[in-house]
Amino acid sequence: MSLVSIRDVRKSYGDVEVLKGVSLEVEKGDVVAIIGRSGSGKSTLLRCINGLETYQSGAILADGIEVGGEHANLRELRRHVGMVFQQFNLFPHLTAAENVMLAPTVVNKTPKKEARAIAAEVLAKVGLSEKMDAYPSQLSGGQQQRVAIARSLAMRPKVLLCDEITSALDPELVNEVLRVVEQLAKEGMTLILVTHEMRFARDVGTHLVFMHHGKVHESGAPKAVFAAPQTPELQQFVSGIG
Amino acid sequence: MSDFSFWIILKNLIWATQWTVYLSLIAFVGGGIVGLILLFLRTSQVKWLEVPTKLYIEFFQGTPLLMQLFLFFFGVALFGIEVSPWMAAGLALTLWTSAFLTEIWRGCVEAIPKGQWEASGSLAMSYIEQMRYVILPQAMRIAIAPTVGFSVQVIKGTALASIIGFVELTKAGTMLNNATFRPFLVYALVALIYFCLCFPLSWFAKRLEGKLNVAR
Ligand SMILES: Nc1ncnc2c1ncn2[C@@H]1O[C@H](COP(=O)(O)OP(=O)(O)OP(=O)(O)O)[C@@H](O)[C@H]1O
Ligand SMILES: [Mg+2]
Repeated sequence: MSLVSIRDVRKSYGDVEVLKGVSLEVEKGDVVAIIGRSGSGKSTLLRCINGLETYQSGAILADGIEVGGEHANLRELRRHVGMVFQQFNLFPHLTAAENVMLAPTVVNKTPKKEARAIAAEVLAKVGLSEKMDAYPSQLSGGQQQRVAIARSLAMRPKVLLCDEITSALDPELVNEVLRVVEQLAKEGMTLILVTHEMRFARDVGTHLVFMHHGKVHESGAPKAVFAAPQTPELQQFVSGIG
Repeated sequence: MSDFSFWIILKNLIWATQWTVYLSLIAFVGGGIVGLILLFLRTSQVKWLEVPTKLYIEFFQGTPLLMQLFLFFFGVALFGIEVSPWMAAGLALTLWTSAFLTEIWRGCVEAIPKGQWEASGSLAMSYIEQMRYVILPQAMRIAIAPTVGFSVQVIKGTALASIIGFVELTKAGTMLNNATFRPFLVYALVALIYFCLCFPLSWFAKRLEGKLNVAR
C-alpha cells in the first residue's frame, strides 16, 4: 500500500471549492514536487495530509492512518508525518537544540540526554552543529529553516511535507536549504514539496504534480513533463516561469 | 487631643490595611489559579467547554462586583449555609478576578502567531502540551504588564467588601469616622494608604509595558 494515499479529496472554504477531487499516491522514497499557480490549492492539499485542514469528502490515508476520520488519531499520524513551513515557525523562546528536542521529549518521552543526542545528530545533518545553543533570532533565515527541518527530522518522520520552504528566504540563502532537502531525498526520505523552484523540482523530484484550479491537472516524471507539457495550462505556466 | 486621635486613626487604619492586603492576595492568587484553568477551557476549541466558560466570564464581567458580593453573602444563606463576610468576599473576589484574568490572558494567547500552533501541532503535540511548552511561555512575557496592572483593580475592588461587613481598610475608615467625626482626615488617610498600595504596582506595570514595547 502507498505511504500516502489521497483519494478524490474535496475541500471548500464556505462556498468556494478549493480542492475539487484530488487523487494522488505517494510511495515510500518518492519525492513529489507540487507546482502550480498561486491559489491553485497546493498548500491546502499539503495541510490536509497532516490534518491541519479538514476536508469534506474523499479520503486521505497516511501511513495507513485515515486523516479525516471522525476520530482520526491525529497525534499518532503527526508523529510520522513531519511538516516544514514557509515561515519557519521556530519557537523563539527556545534555542536551536531545544527546538529540536521539544517534541521527542514531550511527545515520545525520550530522556533528555538521548534527545540531546538526537538534536546533535539532526543539527549536524543540516550543517548547524555549531549553532545548537543559538536562539532563532540569532540565526539567518536559511539557518532558521534548516533548524526547522532538523526539528521535523528529530521525530523520525516517514514522510516530510514542505510548503514553499525557500519562498521567505533571500535568494542567496535558498541553496543552503535546497541542498539539505536534496540530501534527504538521496537518503531515501519520502518528500512531498510544494515549490516554485522549477529546476529543483526537475532535478530532485521523482514525480511532478501540476495543480490547477483545485485539481491535479497534469503529472508524471519531472523531466518528461517539463520537456513536453501536455496541457496548454502547464505549457503556459512553464513558459511563464521562463 | 487632636494629635492623639490622628495617631490612633492612622494606627487603626494601618492595622486594617493588612486585611485589605490579605483579601487582595487571596483574590489574586485564587483568581489566577481559576483563571488559568478557565484559560485552558476557553482556548481549547472544544465547544461544550468554551460556551459555559464564556457565560461565566460574561456574568462576572457584566455585573457589578457589589451585586456579586451580595449574591454570595445573602444568596448562599438562602440555602441554609452560613457564610462569613470573609468567605463571601474571598470567594466573590476570586471568581471576579478569575474572569478578568482569563480574558486578559486569552488576549495574550491569541497574540501568539498561528504558526506556533501549527508547528507544534505538526510535531504531534497535544493541546495541553502546546500551551504548556510553546504558547504560554511566550504569552507570559506579554501578559505580565496587564496582569500587574489589573492587580490594582483587585486591590480597589476589595473596598466593596466593606459593605457586607468585612473589616478591611474602607470599613475601618467608616468605623473610625463614626467614632471621631473627622471624615475628611479619615478618608484622606484611607485614600493615601490605597494609593501607597496601588501606585508601585501601576508604576511597575507601566515600566514593564515600556520595556516590552522597546524589545519588540
Ligand atoms: N483559511 C481560508 N479561508 C478561506 N479561503 C482560503 C483559506 N485558505 C486558503 N483559502 C483559499 O483557497 C485557495 C487555495 O489556497 P492555497 O493556499 O491552497 O493556494 P496555494 O496553491 O498554496 O497558493 P500559493 O502559491 O499562493 O501559496 C485560495 O483561493 C485561497 O484564497
Ligand atoms: Mg501556498
